[in-house]
Amino acid sequence: MSLRSPLGRVRGLGSAKEGVHHWWQQRVTAIALVPLVFWFVVSIIANVGSSYEHMHAWLSSPGNATLLILLLVAVFHHAQLGIQVVIEDYVHCAVMKPIAIIATKLLATAAGIYSVVCVLFVAIGG
Amino acid sequence: MESCREARAMKSQSRPLSPHLQIYKFTLHMAMSISHRITGVALAVGTIVLMYWLASAAHGKEAYETAASVIGSWFGYLLIFGWSAALFYHLCNGIRHLFWDAGQGFEIEQIKKSGIVVLGAAAALTVLAWILGLAI
Repeated sequence: MSLRSPLGRVRGLGSAKEGVHHWWQQRVTAIALVPLVFWFVVSIIANVGSSYEHMHAWLSSPGNATLLILLLVAVFHHAQLGIQVVIEDYVHCAVMKPIAIIATKLLATAAGIYSVVCVLFVAIGG
Repeated sequence: MESCREARAMKSQSRPLSPHLQIYKFTLHMAMSISHRITGVALAVGTIVLMYWLASAAHGKEAYETAASVIGSWFGYLLIFGWSAALFYHLCNGIRHLFWDAGQGFEIEQIKKSGIVVLGAAAALTVLAWILGLAI
């Protein structure tokens, strides 16, 4: 017999009171990043970074720009989800914990959007 | 949750504690578990370099060449090498975690074996990437 109330089971929020949303996002971004990271490393090896012209030509392709933006969104999202768990595990004080988590989320959002905008500048702006 | 003062006070009091990590025999699996977290944090910090590289490309040829020379210096290469090793480790061990999430590979022998496979794959991918990267 389960000791959980029927209402608690239906809500499905668990002891953390927020359900499995965070867990799922971390896994889905992880799965997305497996092929994206291999694509990115192979692109870098294929001398993408060697000169401004190479880099420019590479990002001028809509496919490459899309893959790079997908990678950036997944990377910054996955990173802030991971850092959040680290903070939750090691910071135990009621003031510092939310401050650290909020700062992480704001920084990751700002850095992620800036990176995506930079890609668009190169891809579209020339 | 405790306030900051309470959290500090809790540390200074000697309360009965559950067994700490130190009393267990140190295993490869323990080292790999904490390494997954350490490489994850290192990679999150490393995204700053990725952002710097992309920002320089958006700011034109001159800025890009400055960034390329910073990243192409011996210190830049050292950072990129560490970053690539951390990336491949976190990637391979992350795939191992996904198998665990699916309920697979929880027997002790399987965990020992998958740990060695992850270390081998991460080392091989790092070496392969650098051989190809420097040769091409």
